[in-house]
Amino acid sequence: MAKLILSMDNLVLKEIPLNKERTTLGRKASNDIQIDNLAISGEHAVIVTILNDSFLEDLNSTNGTCVNGQQIKKHFLQNNDVIELGKYRLKYVNEAPAQASQADFEKTMVLRPDMMRKAAEHAGGKSAEAVEAGHAPMMPAVDLAPPIGAAVPKPAPVPEAAPVIPLGAIQVLNGSNAGKTLELVKSLTTLGKPGVQVAVIARRPHGYFLTHVEGAKFPSVNGEAIDTQAHELKDHDVIELAGVKMEFFFKL
Amino acid sequence: MAKIDLSGAIEMATCSDPGKVRTNNEDSVLANPQLGLAVLADGMGGYNAGEVASSMATAVLGCELEHAFGLQPPHQVREDGKTWARAALMDRVAKTNAAIHHAASNNAQYAGMGTTLVMAQFFDNRMAVAHIGDSRLYRLRDGALFQVTRDHSLLQEQLDSGLITPEQARFSQNKNLVTRAMGVDADVDTELAEHVVLPGDVYLLCSDGLNDMVEDDEIALTLSSLSANLPLCAQQLVDMANDNGGRDNISVILVKIKQPFPAPGMTSGWKERVQSWFS
Repeated sequence: MAKLILSMDNLVLKEIPLNKERTTLGRKASNDIQIDNLAISGEHAVIVTILNDSFLEDLNSTNGTCVNGQQIKKHFLQNNDVIELGKYRLKYVNEAPAQASQADFEKTMVLRPDMMRKAAEHAGGKSAEAVEAGHAPMMPAVDLAPPIGAAVPKPAPVPEAAPVIPLGAIQVLNGSNAGKTLELVKSLTTLGKPGVQVAVIARRPHGYFLTHVEGAKFPSVNGEAIDTQAHELKDHDVIELAGVKMEFFFKL
Repeated sequence: MAKIDLSGAIEMATCSDPGKVRTNNEDSVLANPQLGLAVLADGMGGYNAGEVASSMATAVLGCELEHAFGLQPPHQVREDGKTWARAALMDRVAKTNAAIHHAASNNAQYAGMGTTLVMAQFFDNRMAVAHIGDSRLYRLRDGALFQVTRDHSLLQEQLDSGLITPEQARFSQNKNLVTRAMGVDADVDTELAEHVVLPGDVYLLCSDGLNDMVEDDEIALTLSSLSANLPLCAQQLVDMANDNGGRDNISVILVKIKQPFPAPGMTSGWKERVQSWFS
């Protein structure tokens, strides 16, 4: 579950779990998070939490709300965001669930329609208000009852590490295009003439692979025809396709 | 009635893979090029229940629709103005939903199982598309990729309401929450639409294991580069999803339209004439 860590002058004051659909921040005692300081408006901001995502919205406060140094009106909170309210800081922590349940992250779950409906009804009044006040209408709230087949939803996708292999390229060895070089930047590069003979070079994290796509004749590598399987290309392999010879090489 | 055979006009290829993280494959695919039917389901539920739900969806629908279109051709227009394809899809999806729901309610080990569904029935230069949940249908036409179906998911609703932007959606932790599914209730809300199909079109039906791992422009590049070899194209899409992490089961059905396929006896019908005036 996501939480906020309230601090002032680098001194942690408390931790607040975001276990409610709406968590309000402000100077008044009616707020979920009360910060008794004159720089804070009575009703300063609200955090709307929908399952594992939280959205911060400034409620037209006098001194405004900043996230990571930027003034915001509405903000989709990301792990380690720092919300600044006057001298106070609230760090948003939403760590990925434990490794043990990794396989469960991708599990699709159902939000039952009746849950959505109920939630929409009791959020109805609220969203109408929001529209009037010139805000974007809020999403109907969702009951936090565990969905069917409950599993931990996955964290945001981790960017894959950049391929470790160097960039590949081909140079045409004969014909009218002899000497021309083509860098294999795209994930797929097609070679040949559509309808006659076509092959593709796929760029994958572990290498470049040549595969026959269409045509009665298969391309050859270093004089030998490849079969229907993808063929991994090595530095300085010579590909021949529809009478054109090309050398594959890695750029340093 | 002559048996429908669209296999001369329509080519199909499928590929389904458990991915790099999961050990079981809860997706299920069915391609029947003769009938012009493609069905893809992404199951959910504990133990093997997800597999049961998705394979029930594809098997029952494949069988029921083959039977339905043996009774009446899909292009036949009924009294209410709807094509039989449309009516049959709506009815058979509801029946299949009830069957899955029944199995889930009467077997403790299947309790709570469900499945998404995306299916296309090709007929008379058109297709009827039914979908429930977040499995998708894309179309590649003239090199441009278009997402034909709109997910029934919390994320899509948040996008529609303007709560989050498409850029932010990529970082949402609320992916994989569908707002509709087959088998979870006695009734199901099926989204159904008909679309015009043109020769040269390539259609992709996929589970979220593909579109969560591979960007749309990469999907477009793959479809346009490899449409001459559909099985290779399907395999390449799955390989790309696996190369990017393969965090979920990945399933794809590819459909390539090689020729027009007007309904029998309608070869030079009013539709074609109208279309030729406008083209």
